[in-house]
Amino acid sequence: MTTTHNHKHKEMALYIEGLTVSFDGFKAVNDLSLYVEEQEIRVIIGPNGAGKTTVLDLICGRTKATSGSIKFKGKELTRLKEHEIVHAGVGRKFQNPSIYEDLTVFENLEISYPRGRNVWGALIFRRDDEVRKKVHEIAEMIFLGDKLDSPADLLSHGQKQWLEIGMLLIQDPELLMLDEPVAGMSVSERKQTAALLQRITKDRSVLVIEHDMQFVEDIADRVTVLHQGKVLSEGSMERVKSDPKVVEVYLGH
Amino acid sequence: MPFTSIRELLPKKDLVGFAILALIIIVLMPLFLDIFRLNLIGKYLTYAFVAVGLVLCWGYGGILSLGQGVFFGLGGYCMAMFLKLEASSPEATAIQSTPGIPDFMDWNQLTELPWFWEPFHSFTFTLFATIAVPVLFAFIIAYAMFKRRVGGVYFAIITQAIAAILTILIIGQQGYTGGVNGITDLRTLHGWDIRTDSAKYILYFISAFLLFACLFAAQYIRKSKLGRILVAMREREDRVRFSGYDVANFKIFIFCAAAAISAIGGAMFTLQVGFMSPSFVGIVPSIEMVIFAAVGGRLSILGAVYGTFVVNWAKTSFSESFPELWLFAMGALFIGVVMAFPNGLAGLYQSYIQPWLKTFINSMLSKYQQYIPAKFGLGKPAQEAAK
Repeated sequence: MTTTHNHKHKEMALYIEGLTVSFDGFKAVNDLSLYVEEQEIRVIIGPNGAGKTTVLDLICGRTKATSGSIKFKGKELTRLKEHEIVHAGVGRKFQNPSIYEDLTVFENLEISYPRGRNVWGALIFRRDDEVRKKVHEIAEMIFLGDKLDSPADLLSHGQKQWLEIGMLLIQDPELLMLDEPVAGMSVSERKQTAALLQRITKDRSVLVIEHDMQFVEDIADRVTVLHQGKVLSEGSMERVKSDPKVVEVYLGH
Repeated sequence: MPFTSIRELLPKKDLVGFAILALIIIVLMPLFLDIFRLNLIGKYLTYAFVAVGLVLCWGYGGILSLGQGVFFGLGGYCMAMFLKLEASSPEATAIQSTPGIPDFMDWNQLTELPWFWEPFHSFTFTLFATIAVPVLFAFIIAYAMFKRRVGGVYFAIITQAIAAILTILIIGQQGYTGGVNGITDLRTLHGWDIRTDSAKYILYFISAFLLFACLFAAQYIRKSKLGRILVAMREREDRVRFSGYDVANFKIFIFCAAAAISAIGGAMFTLQVGFMSPSFVGIVPSIEMVIFAAVGGRLSILGAVYGTFVVNWAKTSFSESFPELWLFAMGALFIGVVMAFPNGLAGLYQSYIQPWLKTFINSMLSKYQQYIPAKFGLGKPAQEAAK
């Protein structure tokens, strides 16, 4: 496991400052500041309703911030549309596997391949060797190499989760956001997923929401604990675990 | 080009489907039907354009439009305006108080041709406008709605409202549009009389040719990545957005494409039937067109053509005997198809006839394989089946 002592030397990839979003007066995220370094794996934990998913929604543009700033590689994301945020290098996996069930595994990955993303490009898009090679490579990585031609709705729950991770990988994002990637997985699937994440998180920053503490310990460089839309505690897993505030609101239960 | 071979664009089973339809429309129908019936089929062909457009935008894109009659009508009106101007030469309209303008304008005390009629003296402009006007109109609607993320039922209701508004507008502006009667008494195209039997044959074949051109365009779209993006969007719009696509642009494109195809049908309708009226623009015809696509199978471009034929044939024979019951029958048909056969005729074909056909052909091939020279490669399906 990487230790945290050398993080000081790395560049910051994501700056979130003073981020607030208010739904009819309820502040789901309240004056939140969060910094993620390049190549860091950051896990966000916290009780239900702490605003974890909302933070990801804000970063990827699904929810518009009431105030505050999200800067990624120098670009202000709060002003961009969803697809522009993707083009800026942000990829996001949803909590429930969000894949195209009427299409095959191959087609699911192909659609996510970052070429021909406008109308004209999609009309003249050609499934050439480059695309095929990349799709096969990613499919092997997500343990679906032999499932390329099967319709995605025939996959198991865990395989659907992997497929969605694969759809993100083929986009090659610089910031990968995963919302509960191992939810609903069996123990062996969890282990495979942890190993997969270790491999794919090289060369990019990763932001993960997860409840499974063992899984968090396995993958996290640093952990941020959210509570009522604010950062309650932040640091290495050991530090966070021993923080009395965290024990009280979250881990103590 | 996205396709390396014609096989990729038109796999064997699609090729067979295209060939059978071509045989029916281009060979069998003209061979066995008299000109009256053939002209009727020609009229149905023009509705089939709209149904094919609906398969693209509703079946694939998930955008239900209850206002396709608008685009059919606009295409038809553009063509009708040209033909009407040609029929309203000063010599032919000498008895009017203002000769040289269409008769209905004269009856409505108009003394000169409205400015927007002027360009329709030119046939080139008319051909351009036949497509451009409906597409521009579709683009404005789609841009306003989809960029604001209005979709689903709301979009369907809005298209229906637009169909109603346009009908009211056409009927209300009698002097400019011919009102409720529409634009009638169309005679010649560049001096070529379109009312004769030979003209009707030629127009039938032009319609058939254009329909196949549109079917190929639709086949291209559904086989391209754009077709798969449409399916993906229909299922999970958000995921497509977060894969880096501007979903609204794709919806705008497919809605405009459907409008263009419908407009071609409308123009051919005017030419074959000899008039255009608001009764092809409004809510009822628009919904009828959705039923054509639903009966044929909303995911099948060829099914849409068969659906159009079947429903219209039923309409013609049924409404002759029980005119007042027809609308109820059609409503029941729509509900029945959606509930019992959501994939329409095409779905029935795929799940019952096609498997049977395949085993039949393969058994025949394996039986007579020894007589077929290997270089034709016809034995292949049998081997594949054996695998």
